[in-house]
Amino acid sequence: MKLELRGITKTFGSFVANDAIDLVVEPGEIHSLLGENGAGKSTLMNVLYGLYRPDGGEIVIDGAAVSFSDPGDAMAAGIGMVHQHFMLVPVFTVAENMVLGHEPTRGGLLDLGAARTLVREISARFGFDLDPDALVENLPVGAQQRVEIIKALSRSAEVLVLDEPTAVLTPQETDELMAIMRQLRDEGTSIVFITHKLREVKAVSDRITVIRRGTVVGQADPSADQADLAGLMVGRQVSLAQDKAEATLGEIALQVTDLQVTDAAGIRTLDGVSFEVRHGEVLAIAGVQGNGQTELSEALLGLQETVHGSARLESRELVGRSTKQVLDAGVGFVPEDRTHDALVPDFTVAENLVLDQHDRAPFGTALAMSPKAVRENAEKLIPEFDVRTESAVSAVSTLSGGNQQKVVMARALNRELALLIASQPTRGVDVGSIEFLHRRLLDERDKGTPVVIVSTELDEVVQLADRIAVMYRGAILGIVPGDEDRDVLGLMMAGYTAEAAREAVAAGARTTDSQLADEGEIV
Amino acid sequence: MTTASAVVADDSEIQKKVADVRPDSWWHLPATTTVLGAVALVLFGLRGIPGAESSFALARDGDLNPLGIVPEQITVPSIGTAIALAVIALVASAGLWVLHARVARPRPAARISLIAVFAAAWILAFMTWVISERALDVATLLQGTLALAVPLAFGALSGVLSERSGVINIAIEGQLLFGAFGAALVGSLAGSAWVGLLAAPVMALVMGALLALFAVGYRVQQIIVGVVLNVLAIGITSFFFGTVMRQNPGMFNSPMRLPTLRIPVLADIPVIGRVLFEQNVLVYLMWIIVAVLTVALFRTRWGLRVRAVGEHPRAADTVGIAVNRTRWINVLLGSAVAGLGGATLTIGTGVAFGEEMSAGKGYIALAAMILGRYHPIGALLAALTFAFADSLQLRLGTTSAAEGGVAIPGDFLLMLPYVVALFAVAGVVGRVRVPAANGTPYVKQ
Amino acid sequence: MSTAVADPGSTGSAPGVGSGSTGTPPPPEEQAEARFAQMLQKIARGDLLVVVMSFVFAFLVGSVLIIIADEEVRETLGYFFDRPSDALTAIWQSVTQAYGAMFRGAVFDGPGFSRIVEDLRAAGGSGTYVLFPALATGLRPLTETLTVATPLIIAAAGMAVSFRAGLFNIGGTGQLIVGAMAAGYIGFTWDLPIVVHLLIALLGGLLAGAVWGGIAGFLKARFGANEVISTIMLNWIATYLLFFALKTAAFTGANQSQPTSPSVSDSAILPSLLGSGFRLHAGLFLAAGAAVVLWWLMSRSTLGFQFRAVGSNSRAAQVAGISPSRTAFLVMAVAGALVGLAGAVHVLGTEKRLTEGVAGSIGFDAITVALLGRSGPVGIVLAGLLFAALSTGGRFMETNQGVPLDLVQVIQVLVVLFIAAPPLVRTLIGLRRVDHPGAGARVLRAQRATSGATQSSSAGTQTEADPATDPSAIPSAEVAAQDPGAPPPAAGSPSGAATDAATDADDPTDAKGDER
Repeated sequence: MKLELRGITKTFGSFVANDAIDLVVEPGEIHSLLGENGAGKSTLMNVLYGLYRPDGGEIVIDGAAVSFSDPGDAMAAGIGMVHQHFMLVPVFTVAENMVLGHEPTRGGLLDLGAARTLVREISARFGFDLDPDALVENLPVGAQQRVEIIKALSRSAEVLVLDEPTAVLTPQETDELMAIMRQLRDEGTSIVFITHKLREVKAVSDRITVIRRGTVVGQADPSADQADLAGLMVGRQVSLAQDKAEATLGEIALQVTDLQVTDAAGIRTLDGVSFEVRHGEVLAIAGVQGNGQTELSEALLGLQETVHGSARLESRELVGRSTKQVLDAGVGFVPEDRTHDALVPDFTVAENLVLDQHDRAPFGTALAMSPKAVRENAEKLIPEFDVRTESAVSAVSTLSGGNQQKVVMARALNRELALLIASQPTRGVDVGSIEFLHRRLLDERDKGTPVVIVSTELDEVVQLADRIAVMYRGAILGIVPGDEDRDVLGLMMAGYTAEAAREAVAAGARTTDSQLADEGEIV
Repeated sequence: MTTASAVVADDSEIQKKVADVRPDSWWHLPATTTVLGAVALVLFGLRGIPGAESSFALARDGDLNPLGIVPEQITVPSIGTAIALAVIALVASAGLWVLHARVARPRPAARISLIAVFAAAWILAFMTWVISERALDVATLLQGTLALAVPLAFGALSGVLSERSGVINIAIEGQLLFGAFGAALVGSLAGSAWVGLLAAPVMALVMGALLALFAVGYRVQQIIVGVVLNVLAIGITSFFFGTVMRQNPGMFNSPMRLPTLRIPVLADIPVIGRVLFEQNVLVYLMWIIVAVLTVALFRTRWGLRVRAVGEHPRAADTVGIAVNRTRWINVLLGSAVAGLGGATLTIGTGVAFGEEMSAGKGYIALAAMILGRYHPIGALLAALTFAFADSLQLRLGTTSAAEGGVAIPGDFLLMLPYVVALFAVAGVVGRVRVPAANGTPYVKQ
Repeated sequence: MSTAVADPGSTGSAPGVGSGSTGTPPPPEEQAEARFAQMLQKIARGDLLVVVMSFVFAFLVGSVLIIIADEEVRETLGYFFDRPSDALTAIWQSVTQAYGAMFRGAVFDGPGFSRIVEDLRAAGGSGTYVLFPALATGLRPLTETLTVATPLIIAAAGMAVSFRAGLFNIGGTGQLIVGAMAAGYIGFTWDLPIVVHLLIALLGGLLAGAVWGGIAGFLKARFGANEVISTIMLNWIATYLLFFALKTAAFTGANQSQPTSPSVSDSAILPSLLGSGFRLHAGLFLAAGAAVVLWWLMSRSTLGFQFRAVGSNSRAAQVAGISPSRTAFLVMAVAGALVGLAGAVHVLGTEKRLTEGVAGSIGFDAITVALLGRSGPVGIVLAGLLFAALSTGGRFMETNQGVPLDLVQVIQVLVVLFIAAPPLVRTLIGLRRVDHPGAGARVLRAQRATSGATQSSSAGTQTEADPATDPSAIPSAEVAAQDPGAPPPAAGSPSGAATDAATDADDPTDAKGDER
């Protein structure tokens, strides 16, 4: 099936998310849509999938114009989508999720037997190992993604849209996904692959369309030079590597010993983690999302219920203290999910900038706030961190994601710190701001502050870390130097210990990534 | 890839490590039951009325009671029995201590059965104490329980229907009241309780439609809509009660009653016969609706879609399920069911409509729904629990206190159902899994 | 290696983007201008119109109820097609008389005023000798309205605290009852010097309310019990507690057969403001004080900052060191304290004794007042006065025209409902276009963008002019986009802070719009 998008325009208020975008997806090709965060890729695909109504343009399938008023129409037309944020009901089983919306019935009742058979059939075809009766919420993200894929395939999708599918995967899982994509293509399914990761685009695409700020800025071949692609995508020359000075290590500042976290259901989510961080050092906690990093940072912040073990900052024990006491001890914290954990949407930018300091001088006392100090603080930080906002008293919810992240970072860095813990410090931020925020983090390190960075982005980890601790299933598999081989890190993220990973790499285990690097394709 | 030796991975499902540490609050439950058991021992037992006897009336003349297997009345010494029951309760508490001390995470089945034993013994001890020098007709108590449970159960089912689809339904109270009002008004006009029975759900639909219009259509905060609609329902019904109905009660508000449908033979079984098989049509309807709804919610296409809408509306939308239409329909269905519950208050009990006659039952129904974990059967069981407290209160209030008997002030008895609901909500709610999208309006771009 | 690009920290001041985009607020006069323009737009968008029309519609529905309830109207409707004028006259009369009585009972007693004027003139009086007594009669309803508004405003202030902290305190009735009980008990049993007695009685009511609200707060904080259910259960428990108390000697004094308490001693009574002929009392100042306290608490105090933070995003507040459970408890205790104070004021100023119905419907009315007043101090005072006027007028209407007071309740609730859903009102009056993207809305947006946010438009032009060199353009453009474009119809709804919070949080184009 040949899919064409002609002149698709979609506006939100006065913001043009898609401006007359043309895109042609030939049958049986992997067509990559490359663009930065906020470039309008997802908007375009949501238009294609009937979730958004376009303000202009048309969708043409095999030469005939179609119009989708809801996703049901799109599915009927043979378009399937694997969303960036999975569209799965967590409390349903794999089988239930797969059949939702086109349920087989027998005698008026649900025929879950038929659904299970279908799950097994499709799983077998692609070598997925999926239990039809497993609850989706108990599956790791990689498996959940496979559920999304079979969900689309079970509706005989001829065009499959994958929206940032690799964000939640290990390098190995990414390779597996790419293999699946190729297999699907070979069977005649067209694939639209949305990503901002150049190396993946180069590895798997048949054709590349680059969009920037809502418009198509170019077409490219997978053989195109990576730097050219990056330039096309960002609109200028980029290099993400930071000018990083050698770390000057000081005394041990944070000593974590055998830290354990148990969740409400009695499941141990953090399993005896030990490490130390020195003054003037960046320790990066790497790993695929959901392997205990969240629990680790929350345990240090006093946000977890049942914590055992010890975490001493200088000589003070952090475990067992309230969040407020931990913050008062000089810990700066950037939570991984800014909208959920860091920002109060109704509050102004100025109020959010003092959220964790609001009852301390100069911003306030135990009794009353000082609006003047709060305002002046905002007027100092907003230009310093280049937060784009109408004013200091605009609600923080009116800011774009990247600017919100700057607010969170500005807040954490706005005082003398004894320790900085930053989770996903640059998630959803545009390239220019990433450079700036990384610089600020390194400056903080160079001031002598011990810094813990939790990141699932290997690029970020490699750029910032002096040492890297890789987490897997609630434990630290090993702590390696900051310049460790990417393949070794990738294998560790998949559960290899440092030694085993090094052995494997020495024996020739490679990811697409490093192969491309060897071939001089990527930096 | 080589060297599989060090691989920890098996990707199919997260391997769960159940920790052997107990939660820090593990002692709360056994401690609470122990204290309560001790209170029962002292208050109901040791400090009971010396020499008093408590009677429980069971079988009746004319019951199907071959050879008198079920005795007509059991009379026991109050103090001795209460002490014995309190000791049983304390033993159950001890069991809970042991259970929690030995295993960090005991099996729920063992835990729940011990709690059940404790609760039964404690309540019986209380009853033994409170009816010292009196007799309690158990069948009447249970019959009252069921009758009182009907409006609560219908209300709770209304909540289940609406909240499973993601719309918070605080307006159950208003729906009950409108149902009661509609049944009385239309029944009177038509001169037939059966017509009233049909009118009740239709009238309650008005409330449902308003809830859906504001909560789903205009995305107004759902709790606010619910609370405000309840006030509206009280206002409108009281207004008409004070005008039209008062001007001509014979025409607009005459008491009438749905006939009691007695199932022959079965109704003659001692104690439970009358409870289960000598009731009006609303009670039988309640059983049917609970059963139908249980199957429908968990075994049909409709139910799967409703639950998907309540858990993850966007996911439902992406597979072509009309989220807001589903919610509209469920809110309307729910309100109709609650209307039947309202009918119980007037034509079900044979009284005329009265101002604010729902008296907070809608909110207790809400508590029953939460306590019943958004499940029709759970909701029914919770409704029965609250109704038991209410029925007991009524029984104890009407049986005149004999000389020297235990006298609990009537107002405290009236408080009982509300206190039970308060404790139930506090004790259990934290552990209930709410439909994830409950209360969040769905906005399609 | 950072090669091609200037330090991103400085891109904000790059030429063309302008200083505006770095967030420096515009000078004061510009701000004032912007505010004025905003106000005009609000009116244009129909905010004020929505409020007015909400009242109109509510009264229209009320008229329908009056018509249905009126026997004479029903009678004349019976032969409507024979002589429609009869029915129309009856309808007109019954509606105007009811609403006329409502006005007369709430604000100004015109007939009473004229009667006194005539009587005194007949007796040969003139000038102030006539005017003052006549005004006293004429304005008596207004003083009644103020009297009724007094506890309503205080209680609504309490409700507003909880609403703005994201808790739905429906327990006004219970908190009011225990406040009244405590204050009343101290008032009629203890023997204390003047002033001190009053203060202690008020404090007693305040503390009792705080405890009662605190119970719900504790259950919420400790067990996660839904506050809607627990506060409602506590309402009933308090009600029966009052019934029980009024059967005990401690509360009824000598006369134990009647469920009423003795009168509060003179030393504990809130002094009357206009002499013994009027019920208006010094509690009015407490009501004004409550509004000020609400303002200070929510806008200036540290506690209020924490309340609002938890109300808007409790998780983010927790991560910032504000304990949501402690806050939940404090919110309910503070809210309960204010409502309890309302109960104390009501019993010490207006009722002067405890009866079974002492709380009336103040507890529930306070919810609607807080919602209508959008949980703000000024709004609550206005809404409280308005609702008090409706109910004093309604009471007069009930005795004078036989229209039940419940009508007032219906009207009040309908006003709240209509105001909570502006799109509904706009649809009803045919203003819908303004609310939905269309030609009119675009123009408005464009106007707003130019007047309110100069920098966003300049950033926008920059985007078009030279998109390649300025990485800042996307975020800025998004700011511009999200302000006017993002709110779905409900986001601007004046239905209380809580409503706004809820809709904002769900607005998918906000905040989560990184990747559109």
